[in-house]
Amino acid sequence: MLTNLDRPFQVIDGPIVADDVIRRVEDPGNGAICVFYGVVRDHALSGKATRFLEYEAYTEMAEAKMAEIASEIRNRWGIERVAMTHRVGRLGIGEPSVVIAVGTPHRKQAFEACEYAIDRLKEIVPVWKKEIGPGGEEWVE
Amino acid sequence: MHVRARFFAAHRERTKIGHVSVELPEGTMVRGLVERVAERFPEIAPMLGTTRYAVNREYAPLTTVLQNGDEVAFIPPVAGGER
Repeated sequence: MLTNLDRPFQVIDGPIVADDVIRRVEDPGNGAICVFYGVVRDHALSGKATRFLEYEAYTEMAEAKMAEIASEIRNRWGIERVAMTHRVGRLGIGEPSVVIAVGTPHRKQAFEACEYAIDRLKEIVPVWKKEIGPGGEEWVE
Repeated sequence: MHVRARFFAAHRERTKIGHVSVELPEGTMVRGLVERVAERFPEIAPMLGTTRYAVNREYAPLTTVLQNGDEVAFIPPVAGGER
Protein backbone atom coordinates (compact mmCIF):
# COMPACT_ATOMS: atom_id res chain seq x y z
CA MET A 1 0.00 0.00 0.00
CA LEU A 2 2.36 2.73 -1.17
CA THR A 3 1.33 6.34 -1.37
CA ASN A 4 -0.30 7.02 -4.70
CA LEU A 5 -0.91 10.61 -5.68
CA ASP A 6 -3.87 9.64 -7.82
CA ARG A 7 -5.94 8.42 -4.88
CA PRO A 8 -7.15 11.18 -2.58
CA PHE A 9 -8.53 8.80 0.07
CA GLN A 10 -6.09 6.24 1.35
CA VAL A 11 -5.40 3.78 4.10
CA ILE A 12 -1.67 3.03 4.17
CA ASP A 13 0.54 0.91 6.38
CA GLY A 14 3.61 3.14 6.39
CA PRO A 15 4.41 6.68 7.53
CA ILE A 16 2.17 9.42 6.13
CA VAL A 17 3.97 11.99 4.00
CA ALA A 18 1.88 15.08 4.69
CA ASP A 19 3.22 16.90 1.62
CA ASP A 20 1.68 14.18 -0.54
CA VAL A 21 -1.73 14.73 1.04
CA ILE A 22 -1.42 18.50 0.58
CA ARG A 23 -0.32 18.12 -3.02
CA ARG A 24 -3.57 16.33 -3.79
CA VAL A 25 -5.62 19.44 -2.95
CA GLU A 26 -3.45 21.97 -4.77
CA ASP A 27 -5.38 24.22 -7.12
CA PRO A 28 -4.64 27.64 -8.61
CA GLY A 29 -8.00 28.77 -7.21
CA ASN A 30 -7.02 27.97 -3.62
CA GLY A 31 -6.51 30.84 -1.22
CA ALA A 32 -6.07 28.50 1.74
CA ILE A 33 -5.19 24.90 2.51
CA CYS A 34 -6.18 23.73 5.98
CA VAL A 35 -4.37 20.63 7.21
CA PHE A 36 -5.33 18.49 10.18
CA TYR A 37 -2.86 16.07 11.77
CA GLY A 38 -4.15 13.49 14.21
CA VAL A 39 -1.15 12.33 16.23
CA VAL A 40 -0.55 9.63 18.80
CA ARG A 41 -0.45 10.98 22.35
CA ASP A 42 1.28 9.42 25.33
CA HIS A 43 -1.81 8.77 27.44
CA ALA A 44 -5.27 7.27 27.08
CA LEU A 45 -8.50 9.16 27.76
CA SER A 46 -8.52 7.41 31.15
CA GLY A 47 -5.13 8.97 31.94
CA LYS A 48 -3.26 5.68 31.62
CA ALA A 49 0.16 5.84 29.97
CA THR A 50 0.44 4.69 26.35
CA ARG A 51 3.65 3.33 24.82
CA PHE A 52 2.34 2.93 21.29
CA LEU A 53 -0.86 2.38 19.35
CA GLU A 54 -1.94 -0.22 16.85
CA TYR A 55 -4.44 0.87 14.22
CA GLU A 56 -6.53 -1.50 12.15
CA ALA A 57 -8.94 -0.64 9.32
CA TYR A 58 -11.55 -2.22 7.13
CA THR A 59 -9.58 -0.70 4.30
CA GLU A 60 -11.98 -0.96 1.37
CA MET A 61 -14.88 0.49 3.36
CA ALA A 62 -12.71 3.10 5.10
CA GLU A 63 -11.54 4.52 1.77
CA ALA A 64 -15.12 4.52 0.44
CA LYS A 65 -16.36 6.33 3.57
CA MET A 66 -13.63 8.95 3.30
CA ALA A 67 -14.76 9.58 -0.28
CA GLU A 68 -18.33 9.87 1.02
CA ILE A 69 -17.25 12.54 3.53
CA ALA A 70 -15.61 14.49 0.72
CA SER A 71 -18.88 14.24 -1.18
CA GLU A 72 -20.77 15.62 1.83
CA ILE A 73 -18.30 18.51 1.97
CA ARG A 74 -18.80 19.18 -1.73
CA ASN A 75 -22.57 19.29 -1.24
CA ARG A 76 -22.44 21.50 1.85
CA TRP A 77 -19.68 24.00 0.96
CA GLY A 78 -19.07 23.45 -2.76
CA ILE A 79 -15.49 22.43 -1.95
CA GLU A 80 -13.82 20.14 -4.49
CA ARG A 81 -10.35 19.78 -2.94
CA VAL A 82 -10.31 17.30 -0.09
CA ALA A 83 -7.74 14.57 0.62
CA MET A 84 -7.36 12.18 3.55
CA THR A 85 -4.83 9.53 4.45
CA HIS A 86 -5.14 7.24 7.45
CA ARG A 87 -2.31 5.05 8.63
CA VAL A 88 -2.64 1.56 10.10
CA GLY A 89 -0.22 -0.67 11.97
CA ARG A 90 2.01 0.22 14.89
CA LEU A 91 2.48 3.94 15.57
CA GLY A 92 4.73 5.56 18.15
CA ILE A 93 4.01 8.63 20.27
CA GLY A 94 3.85 11.80 18.17
CA GLU A 95 3.43 10.07 14.83
CA PRO A 96 0.49 11.15 12.65
CA SER A 97 -2.26 8.55 12.32
CA VAL A 98 -4.40 10.66 10.01
CA VAL A 99 -3.80 13.69 7.81
CA ILE A 100 -6.63 15.65 6.18
CA ALA A 101 -6.14 18.53 3.74
CA VAL A 102 -8.86 20.85 2.43
CA GLY A 103 -8.19 23.49 -0.21
CA THR A 104 -10.58 26.42 -0.73
CA PRO A 105 -10.60 29.93 -2.18
CA HIS A 106 -11.13 31.44 1.30
CA ARG A 107 -9.79 30.23 4.65
CA LYS A 108 -12.99 30.23 6.74
CA GLN A 109 -14.52 27.40 4.77
CA ALA A 110 -11.26 25.45 4.82
CA PHE A 111 -11.24 25.48 8.64
CA GLU A 112 -14.92 24.55 8.86
CA ALA A 113 -14.73 21.74 6.33
CA CYS A 114 -11.54 20.33 7.86
CA GLU A 115 -13.14 20.13 11.31
CA TYR A 116 -16.23 18.54 9.77
CA ALA A 117 -14.04 15.99 7.98
CA ILE A 118 -12.27 14.76 11.12
CA ASP A 119 -15.49 14.68 13.15
CA ARG A 120 -17.23 12.61 10.46
CA LEU A 121 -14.20 10.39 10.05
CA LYS A 122 -14.45 9.45 13.72
CA GLU A 123 -18.15 8.63 13.26
CA ILE A 124 -18.29 6.58 10.08
CA VAL A 125 -14.84 5.44 8.95
CA PRO A 126 -14.15 1.91 10.21
CA VAL A 127 -10.74 2.28 11.86
CA TRP A 128 -9.90 0.94 15.30
CA LYS A 129 -7.07 1.64 17.68
CA LYS A 130 -5.53 -0.39 20.44
CA GLU A 131 -3.59 1.34 23.19
CA ILE A 132 -0.59 -0.57 24.41
CA GLY A 133 0.83 0.65 27.72
CA PRO A 134 2.82 -0.65 30.65
CA GLY A 135 -0.37 -1.97 32.24
CA GLY A 136 -1.59 -3.97 29.24
CA GLU A 137 -3.47 -3.38 26.00
CA GLU A 138 -6.99 -2.33 25.18
CA TRP A 139 -9.10 -1.60 22.10
CA VAL A 140 -10.48 1.93 22.35
CA GLU A 141 -14.23 2.38 22.06
CA MET B 1 -26.64 -19.37 0.15
CA HIS B 2 -23.26 -18.35 1.50
CA VAL B 3 -22.25 -15.02 2.99
CA ARG B 4 -18.87 -13.93 4.24
CA ALA B 5 -18.61 -12.47 7.74
CA ARG B 6 -15.58 -10.30 8.46
CA PHE B 7 -14.15 -9.48 11.88
CA PHE B 8 -11.94 -6.63 12.99
CA ALA B 9 -10.14 -5.39 16.08
CA ALA B 10 -11.47 -6.99 19.30
CA HIS B 11 -13.77 -9.30 17.32
CA ARG B 12 -10.90 -10.53 15.18
CA GLU B 13 -8.70 -11.14 18.18
CA ARG B 14 -11.39 -13.04 20.08
CA THR B 15 -12.53 -15.21 17.17
CA LYS B 16 -8.89 -15.60 16.07
CA ILE B 17 -9.98 -15.29 12.43
CA GLY B 18 -10.51 -12.41 10.04
CA HIS B 19 -13.41 -13.89 8.12
CA VAL B 20 -15.67 -16.90 7.90
CA SER B 21 -18.10 -18.22 5.30
CA VAL B 22 -21.55 -18.96 6.70
CA GLU B 23 -24.27 -20.99 4.99
CA LEU B 24 -27.75 -19.55 5.53
CA PRO B 25 -31.26 -20.15 4.20
CA GLU B 26 -32.48 -17.80 1.48
CA GLY B 27 -34.14 -14.72 2.91
CA THR B 28 -32.00 -14.57 6.06
CA MET B 29 -31.58 -11.07 7.47
CA VAL B 30 -28.44 -9.61 9.04
CA ARG B 31 -30.01 -10.43 12.41
CA GLY B 32 -30.09 -14.12 11.50
CA LEU B 33 -26.43 -14.11 10.53
CA VAL B 34 -25.52 -12.37 13.79
CA GLU B 35 -27.38 -15.01 15.78
CA ARG B 36 -25.58 -17.77 13.89
CA VAL B 37 -22.19 -16.15 14.45
CA ALA B 38 -22.93 -15.62 18.15
CA GLU B 39 -23.61 -19.36 18.50
CA ARG B 40 -20.45 -20.31 16.71
CA PHE B 41 -18.26 -17.70 18.42
CA PRO B 42 -19.72 -17.21 21.90
CA GLU B 43 -16.56 -15.29 22.84
CA ILE B 44 -17.84 -12.26 20.93
CA ALA B 45 -21.54 -12.63 21.78
CA PRO B 46 -21.38 -10.14 24.70
CA MET B 47 -19.91 -7.47 22.36
CA LEU B 48 -22.56 -7.67 19.67
CA GLY B 49 -24.94 -5.24 21.37
CA THR B 50 -22.63 -2.32 20.51
CA THR B 51 -21.63 -3.66 17.10
CA ARG B 52 -22.73 -2.08 13.83
CA TYR B 53 -22.97 -4.05 10.62
CA ALA B 54 -22.01 -3.27 7.05
CA VAL B 55 -23.29 -5.21 4.06
CA ASN B 56 -20.98 -4.87 1.06
CA ARG B 57 -19.22 -1.92 2.73
CA GLU B 58 -22.37 0.06 3.59
CA TYR B 59 -23.86 0.34 7.09
CA ALA B 60 -27.02 -1.74 7.19
CA PRO B 61 -29.82 -2.36 9.71
CA LEU B 62 -30.37 -5.79 11.25
CA THR B 63 -33.44 -6.22 9.07
CA THR B 64 -31.49 -6.12 5.80
CA VAL B 65 -32.15 -9.27 3.77
CA LEU B 66 -28.93 -10.93 2.69
CA GLN B 67 -28.09 -12.22 -0.76
CA ASN B 68 -25.76 -15.01 -1.77
CA GLY B 69 -22.18 -13.72 -1.88
CA ASP B 70 -22.73 -10.72 0.42
CA GLU B 71 -19.92 -9.57 2.65
CA VAL B 72 -21.07 -8.64 6.14
CA ALA B 73 -18.59 -6.77 8.33
CA PHE B 74 -18.95 -6.75 12.10
CA ILE B 75 -17.99 -3.20 13.08
CA PRO B 76 -17.14 -2.74 16.76
CA PRO B 77 -17.29 0.84 18.09
CA VAL B 78 -14.90 3.03 16.12
CA ALA B 79 -11.86 4.48 17.88
CA GLY B 80 -11.49 7.75 19.65
CA GLY B 81 -14.83 9.53 19.37
CA GLU B 82 -13.85 12.29 21.81
CA ARG B 83 -13.05 15.68 20.34
